[in-house]
Amino acid sequence: MDGAIASILVLDGVTNGAIYALLALALVLVFAVTRVIFIPQGEFVAFGALTLAGLQLGHTPMTIHFLIAMALLAAVLDLIAAARAGRVAAEWIAIALRALPGVAIGLCALWLAPMKLPLVAQALLTLAVVTPMGGLLYRLAYQSLADASVLVLLIVSVGVHFALTGLGLVFFGAEGSRNPSFWEASYSAGPLMFSGQTLIIVLASAALIIALWLFFERSLHGKALRATAVNRLGARLMGISSASAGRLSFTLAAFIGALSGILISPTTTIFYDSGFLIGLKGFVAAVFAGLSSYPGAALGALLVGLIESFSSFWASAFKEVIVFTSILPVLLWRSWRDPHHEEH
Amino acid sequence: MASDRSAAVKAVSAPASSVAASPVVNPWTRRIVPVLLLAVLAALPLLPVPEFWITQLNYIGMFALVALGLVLLTGVGGLTSFGQAAFVGVGAYTTALLSARYGLSPWIGLAAGLVVTLGIAWVLALITLRMSGHYLPLATIAWALSLNFTIANMDALGKYDGLLGVPAIALFGVSLADGRAIYYLIWLLAVLGAIVVRNLLDSRPGRAIRALGGATVMAESMGVSTFRYKVVIFLIAALLASTSGWLFAHVQRTVNPSPFGLRMGIEYLFMAVVGGVSSVWGAFVGAGVFKIIEDQLKELLPALLGSNGNFEIIVLGVVLVLMLKYAPKGLWPSLQTALSRWWPARPRERDWEGAAPLESRPKPEAGSVLLKVDKLRKQFGGLVAVNDVSFELRAGEIMGLIGPNGAGKSTTFNLVSGVLTATSGELRFAGAPITGLPARQIARRGMSRTFQHVKMIADMTVLENVALGGYLRSHSGTARAMLRLDRAEEKRLFAEAEAQLRRIGMQDHLHELAGNLALGPQRLMEIARALCSDPSLLLLDEPAAGLRHKEKQALAAVLRQLRAEGMSILLVEHDMDFVMGLTDRIVVMEFGTKLIEGTPAEVQASPEVRAAYLGTEH
Repeated sequence: MDGAIASILVLDGVTNGAIYALLALALVLVFAVTRVIFIPQGEFVAFGALTLAGLQLGHTPMTIHFLIAMALLAAVLDLIAAARAGRVAAEWIAIALRALPGVAIGLCALWLAPMKLPLVAQALLTLAVVTPMGGLLYRLAYQSLADASVLVLLIVSVGVHFALTGLGLVFFGAEGSRNPSFWEASYSAGPLMFSGQTLIIVLASAALIIALWLFFERSLHGKALRATAVNRLGARLMGISSASAGRLSFTLAAFIGALSGILISPTTTIFYDSGFLIGLKGFVAAVFAGLSSYPGAALGALLVGLIESFSSFWASAFKEVIVFTSILPVLLWRSWRDPHHEEH
Repeated sequence: MASDRSAAVKAVSAPASSVAASPVVNPWTRRIVPVLLLAVLAALPLLPVPEFWITQLNYIGMFALVALGLVLLTGVGGLTSFGQAAFVGVGAYTTALLSARYGLSPWIGLAAGLVVTLGIAWVLALITLRMSGHYLPLATIAWALSLNFTIANMDALGKYDGLLGVPAIALFGVSLADGRAIYYLIWLLAVLGAIVVRNLLDSRPGRAIRALGGATVMAESMGVSTFRYKVVIFLIAALLASTSGWLFAHVQRTVNPSPFGLRMGIEYLFMAVVGGVSSVWGAFVGAGVFKIIEDQLKELLPALLGSNGNFEIIVLGVVLVLMLKYAPKGLWPSLQTALSRWWPARPRERDWEGAAPLESRPKPEAGSVLLKVDKLRKQFGGLVAVNDVSFELRAGEIMGLIGPNGAGKSTTFNLVSGVLTATSGELRFAGAPITGLPARQIARRGMSRTFQHVKMIADMTVLENVALGGYLRSHSGTARAMLRLDRAEEKRLFAEAEAQLRRIGMQDHLHELAGNLALGPQRLMEIARALCSDPSLLLLDEPAAGLRHKEKQALAAVLRQLRAEGMSILLVEHDMDFVMGLTDRIVVMEFGTKLIEGTPAEVQASPEVRAAYLGTEH
C-alpha cells in the first residue's frame, strides 16, 4: 500500500465515519433519554434513501401511507386511553392536534409526490415524511413500556426492527436503489478525488453535530432532554414530560436516520434491509463511547469508518467481520474501566 | 363438579398447609400423568401421524432446546443473547465438518461442537458479563454477525453453499436417518434438557442464579459470586444451543449459513418470550407456537401481498412487542392458571425431618474485639458521607448505630459489609483486615447482613429465600444440582432454613411467595436468611421498621437470645425504645461524623445527642 491508496482509504473511511457519527449520536441520544437501545435506527436510513428513490422514479412511496396510518393509529390509541380515563371531552383536541402533523404532511406528500419536483425538494419532502415517524413509533411501541427494564426495551427494539424491515420489503420490494448525486462536481488534490457528494456528507454531518451541540447547550428543549437523561423522575418533578422527551428524542433519531440515508444513497446501493448493518456500525461507534458520550461516539464513528475502509482493502470478504469483532476488545477495555453497577 | 372446582380454587389460593391436604390430585395421579404424557410423546411416531407433523415436532424439539437456554439466561438470569443461533451454527458446522469431510462419527462431532462452543462462549462471557446487562446482547449481536459473515466467506466451510453430505446419526448400529427415528433422539435430549434445567433451578446454585435477575447485591452479601453464575448460565445456554445445532446438522444432512444468522437468533428469543421466559415449559410452548405460526404465515402472507418474501417477520415483530406489553410473562403462566384447576401447584414436600444439621462455625471468644473500624471514610465526589469514623465492637454485644436521617449510618453499614468500598480507613474483622474485600469474601468470614430496602427474590418462597442464606454452608455445584446428587444437602439446608424461620416466628409462612409478604414479615425473613448463614456478626439495617409493637417485642427477645448464644449484632434503628432497651452500647452519628459513643443511658443523657436530634435553643 502506498500513500495514495492510504489517503484514498482515509477519505473513504472519514466519509462513512461521518454517517456513522450521525447515527451514533442519535443512538446515544435515544439511549440517554429513554434507555432504549434503538436497533431500528437503521430502518430510518433505508426508509429515507428508498423514499427518495421512489420519488425520483415518480412513484408515491408507501412510506407516506405508512405515516398517515401511524398517526391515525396513535390517535386511536390515545382516544382509547382517554376514554378509559373518562377524559375524551377534555383531551380530544390535544389528541387531534398531535395527529395533525403526521396526517397533514402525509396528505401534502401524497399530492406532491407525483409532481417530479427537483431533487433537493424531494429530499426535503422525504425528511418531512420520515421524521415524524420517530415520535409516532415511540408512541406506538415504547411509550407504555417506558418504565420497563433496559433488557425489555431492547427486546421491543428487536421486535420493532423486525416489523419495520418486513414493512420495508412490502413498501420498496427486494430491489435496491441508488440516487443521483446532489452535487456532481469533483475536485482533485494530489492523488485524492473529492466528489461533491463526499463534501456534502462531511459538511452536513459536521453541521448537524454542531447544531445538536447548540441544541443541547442553548435551547430549553435540549436542556429538558438532558435533564431527562440524567434523572427521569427529577425531570418529571420539574414539569418535563418524559413522554414528550421520548417522542422528541425519537423524532430527532428518525430525522438523523433519514438524513443519513439521503446522504449516502448516491454513494451506495441501498436495499430495504441495508439500514440494519449501517445502523449497527453506528452502534459499534456508540459502544466505543459507552453509549454515553457524544464526542466519544463521534470519534468512535470515525474509527469504525477507518477500520471498515482499510479492512475492505486488505480483506474485503471479511470487512464486516473485522468491523463487528472490533467491538469485543472495546467491550473488554470498557469492562476493566467501569465496574459493574446493578440496575435499580 | 361445582364443589370440586371450589376446592381446587381454594387449594390454589390457600396457604401451603391446606394444599398438601387437598384431595384434588392424589399422589398417584401426580406420578402417572407425566408418565402418560411421555408415553404419548413416545408413541406418536408409531401412530399413523402424517410425516409433516413428525417433521414439525422434530423442529419444535430442536428449537425448544435453544429456547430452554434462553429461559435460563433471560427469564431467570436477566441477561440475554441474540447470538444463540450462532452457537447452534457452531455445533452444526463442527459436526458437519468432522463427519462429512473427515468421516468421523457424529458423536465425536457432538463432543467437538460442545468443546468449541464452550471455548467461544467462555471468552464472550469473560468479555461482557462484568458489565451492565445491555452490553451482553449488543456483543452477541456483533458476534452473531461476525460468525455468520466468517462462515459465509470461508472456502473450507463451503461459503454460502455450506457443507453437503452430512451423514445421519447412528445409535447402537441403528441409523437415525428417518424422521421418525431421529424424533426419539431429539425429544430425549429436549426432555432431558428441560429436566436438567428444572433440577438446576431448584437447588443451591439455582437459588443463586435466580438472584441474578435483580438481587445481585444481596446474593453477593450471602457469599455468591454472581459473576460466576452469570458465566455458568451463559455457558449452559450456549451448550444447549450447540446440541440443538448438532441435531440440526444431522437432520438436515446439510448445513449453510442462513439458519444460524442474527434473524434466527432473534427468533429464538421470540420463542422464549412468547412461550414464557420464566418457565422451562414455556420454551416448549414458545417453540411450538413459533413453528406453527411461522409456517402458516409463510403460506398466507405472500398470497395476501401478492409477492414473495419474508413478510412473516412483520407479524413476528408486532407480536413480540404486543406480548411484552400485554403478557410479559408469555403464554405458559396463563396456560398454567387454566390447568391449575386440575393440577394445582403443590408446595415443597417437607422431607427434611431429621436431616443432619449444617456445619457451624466456632464462635469468637466473648469480649474479644470482633469488628474494628478505624478512621473509616467514604466520599461521593465532594460529599463526605462517612467522615473518619472509628469504633470497636466486641464479641457477644449488641451495638446500636443511631443518628438523624442522612447521618451516614447505612453507608457505614455498606462499607463494613463490603457493598461499598471505603475511600480510606481500615476495617478489621475477627483480627484480620477486611478493608477493600468484596462483600462475598466478608460474608465468608462470618458477617451477615440485612438491607434497609428489603432485597429478596420475590417469586421464590420464603423458605427458599432463607435457604439462600445457607449458601456458604453448603457445597453442591451446578453439575451435582443438575443430576440431583444434591438432595441430602438440600434437606439439611431446608431444615436449617425452617429452623431459623421458626426461631423468628415465621413458621406459618414457609411456602408463601416472598413477594406476597407484608413489609414487616419481609424484614423478619431477611433476618432469618442472615441467621441461616451462621454468622458471628449480624448487621441489621432497620430491622424493626414496619413491625407492629408485639412483633418488635418478639424480635427484641430473639435478638437477646442470639446474644446469649454468643452472637454479636450491629444494628441501625430509628425506634429509640427498641434501641435503648436492647443494645449494650450505642454509636451516634451526625453528618457522617461520630458524635459520641456510650451506653444507652449515657447517650440519652448527652446534650449533643439531643441537639443533633432536636436542634439547639437560641
